[in-house]
Amino acid sequence: MMNRTHVHCTVNGDEVDLLASDDTSLLDALRDELGLSSVKEGCGTGDCGACSITVDGALNCSCLMFAPEAEGRSIGTVEGIAQGDHLHPLQETFLEGAALQCGICTPGFLVAAKVLLDENPSPTETEIRYALAGNLCRCTGYDKIIHAVQEAAVQLSTSNGASK
Amino acid sequence: MTATEKPSAKYKYIGTRPVRHDGLDKVIGKARFAADLDLTGQLRGVMVRSPHAHAKILSIDTSTAEAMPGVKAVVTGADFPVIDPTDSTHDEAINNIARDEVLYNGHTVAAVAATTIAEARAAAAAVKVEYEVLPAVLSIDESLADGAPIANSTNRTLFTRDTEPSNIASVGPFQRGDVEAGFAAADVVVERTFTTKAVHQGYIEPHACVADVGQDGKATIWASSQGHFAVRSKTAAILGWGTDKIKVTPAEIGGGFGGKTTIYLEPIAVLLSQKAARPVKIVMTREEVLRATGPAPASKIHIKMGATNEGELTTIQGTLHYSNGSAKGYAALTGAMSIASYRFPNLDLMAIGTVDNTPKSAAYRAPSAPQAAFAIETLIDEIANELDMDPIDLRLKNAVVEGDPTAMGAPHPKIGFVETLQAIKDSEHYNSPVPDGVGRGFGTGFWFNIGEQSSATVNLNEDGTATVITGSPDIGGSRASMALMAAEELGLDVHSITPIVADTESVGFTDITEGSRATFATGMAVVNACRELIEQMTQRAAVMRGVDVDQVAWIDGAAIIEGPPSEGAEPLTIKEITGAAKMTGGPLTATASLNAAGAGPSFAAHLADVKVDEETGEVTILRYTAAQDAGTAIHPSYVEGQMQGGSAQGIGWALNEEYIYSGDGVMQNAGFLDYRMPVASDLPMIETIIVEVPNPSHPYGVRGVGETGIVPPIGTLANAIAAATGVRMSELPMSPPNVLKALNEK
Repeated sequence: MMNRTHVHCTVNGDEVDLLASDDTSLLDALRDELGLSSVKEGCGTGDCGACSITVDGALNCSCLMFAPEAEGRSIGTVEGIAQGDHLHPLQETFLEGAALQCGICTPGFLVAAKVLLDENPSPTETEIRYALAGNLCRCTGYDKIIHAVQEAAVQLSTSNGASK
Repeated sequence: MTATEKPSAKYKYIGTRPVRHDGLDKVIGKARFAADLDLTGQLRGVMVRSPHAHAKILSIDTSTAEAMPGVKAVVTGADFPVIDPTDSTHDEAINNIARDEVLYNGHTVAAVAATTIAEARAAAAAVKVEYEVLPAVLSIDESLADGAPIANSTNRTLFTRDTEPSNIASVGPFQRGDVEAGFAAADVVVERTFTTKAVHQGYIEPHACVADVGQDGKATIWASSQGHFAVRSKTAAILGWGTDKIKVTPAEIGGGFGGKTTIYLEPIAVLLSQKAARPVKIVMTREEVLRATGPAPASKIHIKMGATNEGELTTIQGTLHYSNGSAKGYAALTGAMSIASYRFPNLDLMAIGTVDNTPKSAAYRAPSAPQAAFAIETLIDEIANELDMDPIDLRLKNAVVEGDPTAMGAPHPKIGFVETLQAIKDSEHYNSPVPDGVGRGFGTGFWFNIGEQSSATVNLNEDGTATVITGSPDIGGSRASMALMAAEELGLDVHSITPIVADTESVGFTDITEGSRATFATGMAVVNACRELIEQMTQRAAVMRGVDVDQVAWIDGAAIIEGPPSEGAEPLTIKEITGAAKMTGGPLTATASLNAAGAGPSFAAHLADVKVDEETGEVTILRYTAAQDAGTAIHPSYVEGQMQGGSAQGIGWALNEEYIYSGDGVMQNAGFLDYRMPVASDLPMIETIIVEVPNPSHPYGVRGVGETGIVPPIGTLANAIAAATGVRMSELPMSPPNVLKALNEK
């Protein structure tokens, strides 16, 4: 067994410790060590966005990071987006707007869209399309995803970011 | 955004847009796909794949791998039963694991199970395979060349008694009338050869499964598939086991589009688990998915077509070649059969399927129709240009209606092609002026759809809620459709109904979710089961009220006792009836099974505005509208979703996607960076118009909408590019280098 490194970080607000070998991706560590199976491997090469997470608030592909790189960082996944029982407006508008079909890409899209809206509360359609261009969806043609993000932006701006 | 605002007056639930039942788990990250399942003691399986496109396997030495740390089992083709090449299981068995001959780069030759993925990968790399490299054929032209090497020594041409190996998979002539007379009657004749490359279905979830063989020798498989009963039957056939020895539980499926109607992993995972006496999980990498799972076939199609000055299509003649990849298939036949949208009185088509040393092709949404429609819709557009006719008017003049023949000769049932064409003609998009520098293109598509076998069980729970159990994996919102149809039948709120997809031992046999059949056929089984429950409930109501069953009518979700309302004769709700079930005969449950006939073909018509950068060859889509006949839209949002998703896949196929091979048959773009599928910034909004010409063979008129949407985009975009530039593209993809080349040759 390869030597494993102790990694201490914060995941969805909780402090966690894990052991990971130096060549373990953060994606595999999140899934296999922490059971965060919302983080999906679609490609393993940073091209599909299904493994999107936030690292200190910035959007990242967890397949492109080694687990030890998470040391001391704050990691966010879709499991951390809802506030208790209250879904984030993006989760609501994805559901209401049928912005998912198979659902495998959905966690990554929600993470990426939340980063967008946190930084730019009223993006244009083009800004949304470019912000989500790192996330592949093969089912929807993106139409309903873009609409759902637009609708969530409206809801967030009218409620000043408070939960719906 | 939405063209139809339902519900109609006709229905209470059908045509509404409730939140799908499985949606919450998918937005909070709890939905479990096959790769998300882990069992105690689970091993990880890794395939050993051929580095050659074609080779004889001389020997496989697994001894080094078996001695490596963590390795618990190794299997090769020799561990599987020998299946005769004439057996229908043979090709899929060989595609799962090669025996004597590897047929494409990436073909599995062995597999390893170890305690960690890293150990399994290291051991897989240590399996020593000695090959004798054979010459490979990598394209339709190479397959057909004089003296071409035989790509697959076990291939015999379908429907023949040929005993010699051949690179021909199938030959199918389709004829009616007299094509020469048709050309003689034509004032305009157009012809062209079209070539398309292999493209992948591109589901975001790689193939994955977990298999666990117990002490009793029985295997349990968790799989991502479009049909878990098919996973059971195919795995059983490949292993030579009885189906009673295998149980398959469907995981959530992360996209399929036809590509998960076949299997690649499960028999191997079962044998590894049996050998190791531990559960084994196998998850493909993206590179494995692209190198070794079914793409849609490459094609080469030559079509010649004639029309009169009045725009009447008189004749069509052509040869359609489709590559089936490494083993025989029906690609060319379904391609020719999909030419069914126009009333050609004279028709002579030859469909020829080829075999080569690329991965065995698999179904992809309306399999083989997009390639054929590229040819047909381009040539019809050329005729419209030559005749200076409106392209929709030309199609309206020749559009098939009920009773007109398909390419096979069978008459169309009730169809909505004319209505679909008219929907685009009436659209705001079509009637808006074409902006300067923009090309507008129009194209259509058709797909048969199929019925097949389905089962459903509906249980009424003691509190008046219901569970709808089917065996159709939900690949695009079908659970919501099942619940909506059950709601309509029973008069229950759609969210009082729990639709589930059950394992192979908990619901009756159900064929694959394919051919746009789930909402149609499985939906019909749900409706039949609900109707049986209504019978049961009226009987129970009669018992409860002490009246004759003839005095009980079922109206709006309640049993109504005929006659003036009096003491003891108030309507009985489902909740009251189920609550009293113990006293009136026990639980209320009903099962229905069927082999559905009367699948309703679906037609689509698309309109695109494009801009072509004459310096780079890049095509930008500015506006896109898709119309399609859904029969009846059960959940319009998911009907639109199918239309939009199919459009986007067709757009990717048209503009960017292609398999690129090196001279020795190695895929050069086996990753999402280089196999370039559309991303959000590549596309505009996809406007939808749902046309509803009900299918008379379904209780609610459903046609099935999953596939047709991918058929029109290629022709639509080729026609838009021609309108913008004057250049007719006949080679896919219409990517910047190919468009630039065509512009420079103008």
